[in-house]
Amino acid sequence: MSAINHWLLPEGIEEVLPEQAWRIEQLRRCLLDTYRSWGYQLIIPPMIEFLESLLTGAGNDLDLQTFKLIDQQSGRMLGLRADMTPQAARIDAHSLKREAPTRLCYLGSVLHTRPDGFAGSRSPLQVGAELFGHAGMESDIEIIGLMLETLRLTGIEEVHMDLGHVGIFRGLARAAGLGPDAEADLFDVLQRKAIPEIEGLLGGMDLSGSQGEAFARLAELHGGREVLERARELYRDIAQVQAALDNLAAIGETVHARWPQLPVNYDLAELRGYAYQTGVVFAAFTPGCGQEVARGGRYDKIGEIFGRARPATGFSADLKTLMALSRLESPAAGAIYAPAQDDAGLAARVRELRAQGEQVIQGLPGEAGDPQSLGCDRRLELRDSVWEVREL
Amino acid sequence: MTEPLTIAVSKGRIFKDSLPLLAHAGIELVDDPETSRKLILDTTRPEVKIVIIRTIDVPTYVQYGAADLGIAGKDILLEHGGQGLYEPLDLKIARCRLMVAGRPGGDQAAGRLRIATKYVQSARNHYAGKGRQVEVIKLYGSMELAPLVGLSDLIVDLVDTGNTLKANGLVPLEHIADISSRLVVNKAAMKMKHTAINDFIGLLGEAVEQRNS
Repeated sequence: MSAINHWLLPEGIEEVLPEQAWRIEQLRRCLLDTYRSWGYQLIIPPMIEFLESLLTGAGNDLDLQTFKLIDQQSGRMLGLRADMTPQAARIDAHSLKREAPTRLCYLGSVLHTRPDGFAGSRSPLQVGAELFGHAGMESDIEIIGLMLETLRLTGIEEVHMDLGHVGIFRGLARAAGLGPDAEADLFDVLQRKAIPEIEGLLGGMDLSGSQGEAFARLAELHGGREVLERARELYRDIAQVQAALDNLAAIGETVHARWPQLPVNYDLAELRGYAYQTGVVFAAFTPGCGQEVARGGRYDKIGEIFGRARPATGFSADLKTLMALSRLESPAAGAIYAPAQDDAGLAARVRELRAQGEQVIQGLPGEAGDPQSLGCDRRLELRDSVWEVREL
Repeated sequence: MTEPLTIAVSKGRIFKDSLPLLAHAGIELVDDPETSRKLILDTTRPEVKIVIIRTIDVPTYVQYGAADLGIAGKDILLEHGGQGLYEPLDLKIARCRLMVAGRPGGDQAAGRLRIATKYVQSARNHYAGKGRQVEVIKLYGSMELAPLVGLSDLIVDLVDTGNTLKANGLVPLEHIADISSRLVVNKAAMKMKHTAINDFIGLLGEAVEQRNS
């Protein structure tokens, strides 16, 4: 085949066409205004950075997801950002260096080497907010609140919340004295809740019966509030796990009290972002989407390498995914057509209408198509030397 | 419990063996899948639908939430990688073994072995685990033919009774994995419909236990 398809885009890279682009832009404005009203300051991190700083603390997953190239000037490896969270952490720890809690938000394109998610996109439009400098559950609640507000503004009506805590698995692994390999193997089967495989895996490890049992039960600890009680009973001897459960239960109670209609699922084996998360992890789901639509959690150590370990919690989502699930109707107000005439009165009237927020399209001499095909539902007409807006 | 549930099942042996298990959970087909041309089948529980798809597609349907649950062989899940899925229950049906087979002594050949298989990932992982570099040739069927006509040295395939191997002068050489069908669950469905799904898993688990005791 000799013909190259010049129009063809790489897999997972999409363009956003006029109507959709405008809906996204409107939502972008609305979200950033909301974040501002909550005191979150907008940052615009660079699209490209030295690879090491992009991958800080985020582990192997992000490494594989990041496009890389060589910087001709420094000879060092650069990465195209695959996630803006580490960038926000760097800005907080190194550029701002504040003592007080810092609230940052961001919205921009990120690139992934491999498609993930249902649409198979490799160029999500990431939106998120991070709160640095406070270790208590109150900041987690604030972030959860902002995540739910984001979904509400996007027009996603039916939201289900998933709550977990990485401290539970971490506590169990420490209590059992697991090495990194064994921990990674168990992590893999727990992520798949592959209960039949857990027992086989535990058999090959040097664990006491009760320690093995502790891991085997963990995969079954998901569901309503009652799982917290079951976990407390099961793991009553392990202080670190109890502390994690206390934290999770307190957050859960506040969520129930503040959003009584919100269905909450507890999943104690949910280890999303295990490499860098340090506390509660949460995600939002909505019917019609087989994957989470927004996610977040606590990650207290990530700023360390930039000079300052600050407690941190945050959430992020892909605006394009949210848009696809949105029930928002965009008001379809048509434009006004101004005929192609050189007339001072017409020009003044056009200026006036535009200042009022109307969309006025200036006709061009000899153009193809009619005003309707330009998206106009009204036109300017000269009646008794006054330019009037008439329905088409 | 009225939350709608969609279960993806493949035609053939897995389907036949699943029916008694599903019946224990109160799910029986209204239409006969052998004669019906419908792809979405109604069941005796109005909120539960069954979709009949190819076995290799089951993980994909469930991963993206096109079906809430599915029944798939471990062989297929090993190939798929299992991302985005939960595999909470071994149904202990459609049991067989994933094996390396070939002519007697076929694995002693010097140099780089050529392996014909439908299970590319599993074959690669198996030999990587042994520290041996091999060429994998992807085939879609009649694996046993490959060593006979010189296309490959060995095959990696499911072995049930071993009769097909025997009839073609091949022998099982290495055991890779025990295979049986698993219940797979979409992650979002597990979180949003946990009561319905946990009940279903519980009933299915009971049925598996009864069948194997």
